Amino acid sequence: MSIIDDEVATTLPSKPTGSPILSRVLRFRELAIVVAIALVFGATYLKNSQIASAANVQQLLSGPAIIILLAVGETLVIITRNVDLSVGSVLGLSAYLDGVLFEHNPHLAVPLALLAGLGVGLVCGMVNGVIVAYARVPSLVVTLGMLYIVRGVDAIVVNGHQIDPSSIPQSFVNFGSNNVLGIPILFIVAVVAVAIVGYAMRSFRAARDLYAIGSNPDAAVLAGIPVQRRIFSAFAISGALAGLGGALYLAQLATVSSVAGTGYELNVVAAVVVGGVAIFGGSGTVLGAALGALLLNTINGALDTANIAQFWHQAIAGAMLLAAIAFDRFVVLRTDRVLRVEGAQRDNG
Amino acid sequence: MTTVEDRELLKLPEAEPRNIEDRLRGLVRWEGGLVILFVASLFYGASTSPYFMSIQTFFFAGLNFGEIAIMALPMTFIIITGEIDLSVASMLGLSASILGYLFMHGWSIWAAMAICLVVGIVGGALNGFLITRLGLPSIAVTIGTLTLYRGIALIVLSTNTATGFPSWTTNLSLPIGGTHIAYDFAIFVVMAIIFGVVLHMTPFGRSLFAIGLQQETAFFSGVRVKRIKFLLYVLSGFICAFAGILYTFQQASSASDTGTGLELNVVAIALFGGVSIFGGRGTIFGVFLAVCIFGSLQASLTDANVSAQAQTIVTGVLLLISVLVPNARDGFSRVRSQVRRRRVRGAT
Repeated sequence: MSIIDDEVATTLPSKPTGSPILSRVLRFRELAIVVAIALVFGATYLKNSQIASAANVQQLLSGPAIIILLAVGETLVIITRNVDLSVGSVLGLSAYLDGVLFEHNPHLAVPLALLAGLGVGLVCGMVNGVIVAYARVPSLVVTLGMLYIVRGVDAIVVNGHQIDPSSIPQSFVNFGSNNVLGIPILFIVAVVAVAIVGYAMRSFRAARDLYAIGSNPDAAVLAGIPVQRRIFSAFAISGALAGLGGALYLAQLATVSSVAGTGYELNVVAAVVVGGVAIFGGSGTVLGAALGALLLNTINGALDTANIAQFWHQAIAGAMLLAAIAFDRFVVLRTDRVLRVEGAQRDNG
Repeated sequence: MTTVEDRELLKLPEAEPRNIEDRLRGLVRWEGGLVILFVASLFYGASTSPYFMSIQTFFFAGLNFGEIAIMALPMTFIIITGEIDLSVASMLGLSASILGYLFMHGWSIWAAMAICLVVGIVGGALNGFLITRLGLPSIAVTIGTLTLYRGIALIVLSTNTATGFPSWTTNLSLPIGGTHIAYDFAIFVVMAIIFGVVLHMTPFGRSLFAIGLQQETAFFSGVRVKRIKFLLYVLSGFICAFAGILYTFQQASSASDTGTGLELNVVAIALFGGVSIFGGRGTIFGVFLAVCIFGSLQASLTDANVSAQAQTIVTGVLLLISVLVPNARDGFSRVRSQVRRRRVRGAT
């Protein structure tokens, strides 16, 4: 029994529709991340109240906006028991192409620039989706390959060039740095994405299919779910959000070289896992993943503010990550036990 | 019902060939393809530059690739059991940093090396403990330790660079005396032979395939699944620490960011060598060929003035080929058998 625990854990019914206990525990899962964020924030506040300054809070919110966007897309893919490792490269390519677009059209409207970035990402995501869903090959290998290909294409297109901040119009730079009612615009974009996709994952049938596919791909086929189309869509959305992330990257930094977004893929997967999305699919929420990204970023920001030397940050972040994974495992085991007891009681009664 | 469940547990794709004969045939063909590809890459290299076939190129190709190749060997074992280790490059960096730190602080080079290897064993044991004893998914754990080990490397060496290693160590970046073979390539070949013998000719190696194909069946037939996986992670940590030492000697310096991002290159080589990401399939010979192909392509593309970043396209395309070609073959044979069935039905 012990060695198949993983599978038992991942084939749990995934959503709070049926069992009230499960819903409570899942809500508990997201609550736990909020509590963790509050603890990190509070502990730092005691040491240095500077963290609660408006500028610092805005920094804590706008910093992870891009990773939150990528994590939303990654969540959809991981829920279907796949993975998308190409997001960092896609972000880099889209950020650069968006910059080139501005160089040629200095008066481009902000929404169009966002759409252009999204479009670049969508194309990359669709390539991923077609290969994974219709050629039926393992997504880890395909998206690892795409990570290299897109990065290589990026390098050829960039060709040593660098987007110059002066070629980015002020309106777009403002979009990346201004606040509305004290809240960074980038964070608002991320929240809107979480809200839309999160609502869809709760209420739309096509989105619910993703959970079914991740829980049991064979059963999903037998249940008449268009598995290939759904997996394709998940990759397309993930790519599109990575592309949008590229546009935000450009708005935030106003300069892009060929290494933009390098290494983001593992950060995104880490955020998603910390957010309670099962790495083998079938369970997890977009909100959880977004909170996971926020938590990891808050930890880094807190270490900065608490005057802990820069070179300790990464080790502490790694240890926290391991703790989060282990904690998640503990919660899953507990849920599992509760469910089993409940099931036994129902059978007897 | 049972078949559906079994496949579910194995996480096998639907197109997986069912019987062993099919699988063996696929294997032979994939390695055959690699041999052809290797020869083609040699011809391509010879056509791009008259110097390609010279001994020096061979030597430099080995030099650029040695550490990745060495780390690909334990990675092959781990992927065959259906797990993954993404912390390899961070372990290499950690080992290099500790070696540099200790040496700068007056330790003898041998003692520093020994400490590095011990750290590698401890780091691998931590991975193994979290994965086998706490039952955490290996991809998540090793992303965590990827950050952790790199972070410890940063603490150890911060932004310093360690240099001034004894001359015999930096001589390792020259070819072995009297020949034109790079040291790390020679070490890789010897290790590949050992790994190949262990994987393909011992009960231990056989049990790795058993674990990768059907973990429970392996467990119930007496394979100590957890212990073996644990040992593999320890082995991986040890080998990566060793690779870190070699890397330091070759560069004649070490910094905390040594080898950042190499983990995905290592995975890519193993997968291109025909190791199935779902476990249960792969050969050391295939991985060896993959190393040779990547090495020779890298050398010839560099000769042809293709930038290192643009070269990643080749890596990516080769990876896609490595999964698409066997799949296209499966798809083709599926269509063929359908046609045959239809024809038989038509005849009767």
